[in-house]
Amino acid sequence: MNNYKKNILKHRLTLAITAGVALSMGSSAMAAENGKFRIGVVTFLSGPAAGPFGEPSANAAKVLVEGLNQGKLPAPYNTIGINGAEIEVVIIDEAGGAAKQVEEFRNLVQRQKVDAVVGYISSGDCLAIAPVAEELGAMTVFYDCGTSQLFNEDKTPQFVFRTGLDAAVDNIGAARYLTKTRPDAQKIAGIQQNYAFGQDSWKDFTHSMEQLMPKAKVVESQMPKVFQGQYGAEISALSVKRPDIIHSSFWGGDMEALVLQANARGLLEDATAVLTCGESALDRYKDQAPNGMVIGGRGPFGAFAPDNELNRWFKDKYQAAYSTAPTYPASKMAQAILGLKHAAENAKVEPGKIPAPQEIAKAFKGATFESVSGTVQMARAGGHQAMQGISYGEYQYDKASKKGGVQNVIAFSGECVTPPDGTAALEWIKAGFPGAQCN
Amino acid sequence: MSLFAVLIDGTIYASWLFLVAAGLTVIYGVMRILNMAHGSFYAIGAYTAASLVGWYFNNGIGPVWAGYLLMLGCALVAGLIVGLIIERGLLKFMYGRDEVLMVIITYALLLVLEDTMKMIWGVNPYFAYQPYAEMGRSALAGLKVSNYDLMLVGVSLVLGLGLYLWLERTNQGKVLRAVIHDREVAMAMGVNVKRMFTLVFVLGTMLGTLAGALTAPAISVAPGIGVEIIVLAFAVVVIGGMGSIEGAAVGALLVGLSRAAAVHYAPEFELFVIYGVMALVLAVRPQGLFGRVLARKI
Repeated sequence: MNNYKKNILKHRLTLAITAGVALSMGSSAMAAENGKFRIGVVTFLSGPAAGPFGEPSANAAKVLVEGLNQGKLPAPYNTIGINGAEIEVVIIDEAGGAAKQVEEFRNLVQRQKVDAVVGYISSGDCLAIAPVAEELGAMTVFYDCGTSQLFNEDKTPQFVFRTGLDAAVDNIGAARYLTKTRPDAQKIAGIQQNYAFGQDSWKDFTHSMEQLMPKAKVVESQMPKVFQGQYGAEISALSVKRPDIIHSSFWGGDMEALVLQANARGLLEDATAVLTCGESALDRYKDQAPNGMVIGGRGPFGAFAPDNELNRWFKDKYQAAYSTAPTYPASKMAQAILGLKHAAENAKVEPGKIPAPQEIAKAFKGATFESVSGTVQMARAGGHQAMQGISYGEYQYDKASKKGGVQNVIAFSGECVTPPDGTAALEWIKAGFPGAQCN
Repeated sequence: MSLFAVLIDGTIYASWLFLVAAGLTVIYGVMRILNMAHGSFYAIGAYTAASLVGWYFNNGIGPVWAGYLLMLGCALVAGLIVGLIIERGLLKFMYGRDEVLMVIITYALLLVLEDTMKMIWGVNPYFAYQPYAEMGRSALAGLKVSNYDLMLVGVSLVLGLGLYLWLERTNQGKVLRAVIHDREVAMAMGVNVKRMFTLVFVLGTMLGTLAGALTAPAISVAPGIGVEIIVLAFAVVVIGGMGSIEGAAVGALLVGLSRAAAVHYAPEFELFVIYGVMALVLAVRPQGLFGRVLARKI
């Protein structure tokens, strides 16, 4: 090819790229000004967290937004869209790490001009996004990440809210459930994924057990690599210590593999497993998990959600669309979007207009709203963190219908499992839960 | 009890590691390709087996033993097809290129295959536990062990012995060893090296898919399993010496036993121990335990 042809080709290529970029920028700017309420939804669409968490969350967002746009939700959400404006959703993959997510967040806010961002499962992503959200003044609702560090680092939040619960609640709830159902347990063991979530969960659980069941002693702790998949040696190490209780914050494929392998080797016949994220695989254990295994749903979500009109609507629509019941990540996503709608519609702007982030944030702060999980109070972190109770129950497989369910469910109120505002969770646990109001 | 548990757990883990690493070391030994896509072959085998075996058992299609045959058969067929497509469609145009370039090419292949699997199987985990659960368990000196895991030890012994005998006792194996020792001289002696490359790459791919299929019933097959496994397989192959079957076996045993010992006696070192063993071996023998020091051709 001679130089002339090369130059022409290069010129055309440059023009094509420039035109493409201009068109894409134009379309996003147009979409942002088309009168619709744009929500950026960020969750895992690829990688190991996509199946158990990301996909149910994205599906929940689609079902809920479709219902909201048609005005078909039960009261108090039976108005069209958000404040009368149709909702438009931009779904982004959370995979790729915190640095990539910060870039994606800036893109959503600055180029795609979303009115709010709802998302994030990974605690690392939440910690990285929070300061950027505050810097950009972007309305941001974290729906799932559970790190206790979030509002320790973002001490005076303005635009960041979390409608999911702090992860410490999972483990305080688990310890309280054992106190009520297995008060004679003597030997405690644990197996966690070796990263912040697993380590923090084990710390919160063991300290809670020290306070609530001081006679129970920790006999073994295993911390295998996340996504390891094979737990033969860990199961043997747990077996030889003959524990009464095995606590695990495993999730996703790791959790299912652990249950399968431990059950096949008889470990779960000799000890009761307590899985804080266990509800997310309720439809998948079948007869491979023992009846009586204790499972949680990280709050009153999924199978633990109350039988209210909103939840019935949500479960029916979700089941009809995806032929499976919504698990806890789906409920949590629905909760975040409902919280956002509640706040935006209480921002007191003209119907059909989209309130500014400051106006939404002002209405969201300290709000109390109805959700698929019952009533949610934004009662912690200066009104930016949701406070709710948590439920635990025992897995029960019905051979006739070939479906798993939960029984012996005990619900603990938010005041029973949540530290007072301004108190770090671990300090509160170590001090013996002062001020806790348990039923 | 703990020492016995270490031996049992270490041996089971080692046999699984050997299954995973065998294909990787065979391909490197003959073709000098550090195949990053080996993890994807493992994942393809796992997904194929999990989806077909799950369908077979969930619908009560036939007897249990036929389910095991289906599991192995589908993995081997998947390996054959994928191996042939990749070798004939891509790698044959790349032979003779620098080893580093081949790493980049196979890494690109890994990324393409990961997305292809996502398109075919989606992101939801597959859970085909029946072959694992059907076999039941045994009690060995008070330790309950899954019979499926014990079966894996047998399979890897048979596979390792089979590969060894094939390389040492058959004409095809001798020709292959000639290619391993000196590709150019083998070619000059009339060996059809390109055909040997096709044979070996397909064999390596089938070993990868077989490892995935055998693992599938014990795990939840989810996106990313191939990427997770490749680092571990490399560690085993590097310890044993790149391209050596007996090296992969000894490397797997070393890693398996060390890891099991760490899990039982010092769980906090479990993450470190595999790479600790690798660093130690490489410090003493940079070419690995069974690797040969090669004179550089000028």
